[in-house]
Amino acid sequence: MTSIGHSLSTRLLHWAMAFIIISMLCLGSSMIQSLDTWQMEAVKLHKSFGIVALILVIVRLFNKLISKSPPLPNDLPKWQKFAAHVTHFSLYALMLAMPISGWLMQSADGREVSLFNLITLPQLIHADIKMYSLFREIHGYVASLFFLILFMHIGAALYHGLVRRDGVLSSMTSGK
Amino acid sequence: MKKFQNSKLARILLLTIIMTVVVITILFLAGKFSPQKLTAQQFVNLQQGDNTHAGFRRAHAKGICIFGDFESNGNLASYSSATLFEKRISPFIGRFSIAGSNPTAPDLKAPVRSLAFVLNNDTNQEWRVAMNTPPVMAVTNPYDFFEQIQALSPDPITKKPDPEKIKAFFKEHPESKAFNDWKANYVPTNSFATEQYHSINAFYLIDKSGHKQAVRWVAVPQATKESLPKLDVDSADALQIQLSKILKNNTIKFDLVFTLANAQDDENNPTIPWPDEREKVTAGTLNIISWEAQQNGKCADKNFDPLVLPDGIRATADPILRARGAAYAESFRRRAKEVLLGTQEIVRSQVGNEQ
Ligand code: HEM
Ligand code: HEM
Repeated sequence: MTSIGHSLSTRLLHWAMAFIIISMLCLGSSMIQSLDTWQMEAVKLHKSFGIVALILVIVRLFNKLISKSPPLPNDLPKWQKFAAHVTHFSLYALMLAMPISGWLMQSADGREVSLFNLITLPQLIHADIKMYSLFREIHGYVASLFFLILFMHIGAALYHGLVRRDGVLSSMTSGK
Repeated sequence: MKKFQNSKLARILLLTIIMTVVVITILFLAGKFSPQKLTAQQFVNLQQGDNTHAGFRRAHAKGICIFGDFESNGNLASYSSATLFEKRISPFIGRFSIAGSNPTAPDLKAPVRSLAFVLNNDTNQEWRVAMNTPPVMAVTNPYDFFEQIQALSPDPITKKPDPEKIKAFFKEHPESKAFNDWKANYVPTNSFATEQYHSINAFYLIDKSGHKQAVRWVAVPQATKESLPKLDVDSADALQIQLSKILKNNTIKFDLVFTLANAQDDENNPTIPWPDEREKVTAGTLNIISWEAQQNGKCADKNFDPLVLPDGIRATADPILRARGAAYAESFRRRAKEVLLGTQEIVRSQVGNEQ
């Protein structure tokens, strides 16, 4: 039905970030429980890839400004269109909130944040236990919300692809 | 197949199946399906016990903040590129504490005393250190350590540790020999200022060309018994009160002495002491100048996570050392939240609040 899909740049950004974010959510949740020897390195990787995700989401927001997204199908019920807009907006907000709260949380405990030991990022705020707690809890709660919104997002995408077969899913896969 | 593709019900069914697989896969990857595996949360639950003290550390809950500096003599600079080992002075915030989860426990009843500090010179890279009086651990990994704490814990009915359980545990763990030998001979001194505090876990020093040297270190007191104010043995805060008296007129000094491992030593096993004849290097002196009560004190805000290290010092793969990061973070998360929400317990200590 819809003939034009998402541009190649949009699709590449989408799938790269989908991969990073789902990995980060899983890694984050398992590393905070782990007493194993890999935990320390996992946290380092988590922080570096979290900063990569932050850079990518900024690139993606610029990309969104300059490239046109295909409209949702005309016959889509109003509430579904509304739900789509709300989830998409939430996804962007969550993609920003996760890395920013992570970086703030680490600054509030006086910990260094670096990009793969190559570049050391500035401390955003002074060390402070209350600020640590605030951003640590935000990081945790936003992560739970992220799992929920992702569930809705994937469910809706498959609903378009499998049940409605209206071209919304393929606009992000094959770009058609 | 065609019929299947055209049946809406079948496609919804397929959607449901795929979503279920997606959710199960993600939950699995997020570590939600390994209930048999001990978590940092369970470890901290055990440490805090049934009677949690909001706002306080879940281990080593009772302590006192200390301030001072580390005067490096430069002797370690050829082994480590860390700037704090150059000939220079770096300030620190630290903490003397006793083991246990009770912030009002009597000082003189504690089996273990501790010294922690975070050194922060102008490089923005911290060196966080948490040391204990024993020179070695009784076990090699966090899973055995969990069982050790369980075995030593008071029985819920008798409220006393069960000697049979303790005996059985140590019998099953012959690697605890060096620890038990130390324990049998250890006599607590009359002061925080006269104990020896050990890194226990080994670390690597990394020099400028990237060569690594495994080390352990110990803080060796310069103070002697004779020079100390008398202990008020009836006070629950005996060690803290005495510390405050010493600091009125004096600086408390410790030498930081590093032991260099050689090829025969296993840096990843914290139960085995290294032979006395190993080369030792004194890196400098810790000067403790002032103190502050821990409630609302600067050291209460710190997480002395020994995995926070500057360039030039690196963690070994010692499983005990590596387990500390997640456990300290969990304890820090819990108490930080209690401070944020203002639900922390207020504790009266006999040392007062100011120096
Ligand atoms: C896309 C970005 C990110 C995602 C999806 C993500 C996800 C997560 C998740 C799910 C957790 C476990 C939280 C919980 O269950 O309470 C976590 C923990 C953590 N995250 Fe992130 N994170 C991101 C970015 C960052 C960044 C940029 C940093 C720091 C620079 C960071 C630092 C941490 C740390 C240190 C923890 C462990 C906290 C602790 O030990 O208690 N994260 N993250
Ligand atoms: C798997 C092993 C260990 C676990 C799970 C563990 C756990 C903990 C926890 C949860 C805290 C409270 C952290 C906070 O809220 O800031 C703590 C504090 C402390 N631990 Fe450990 N610990 C372990 C091994 C060790 C070892 C080997 C040492 C000594 C070399 C040590 C020395 C200390 C000290 C000195 C403190 C108090 C630091 C301070 O003054 O804040 N711990 N530990």
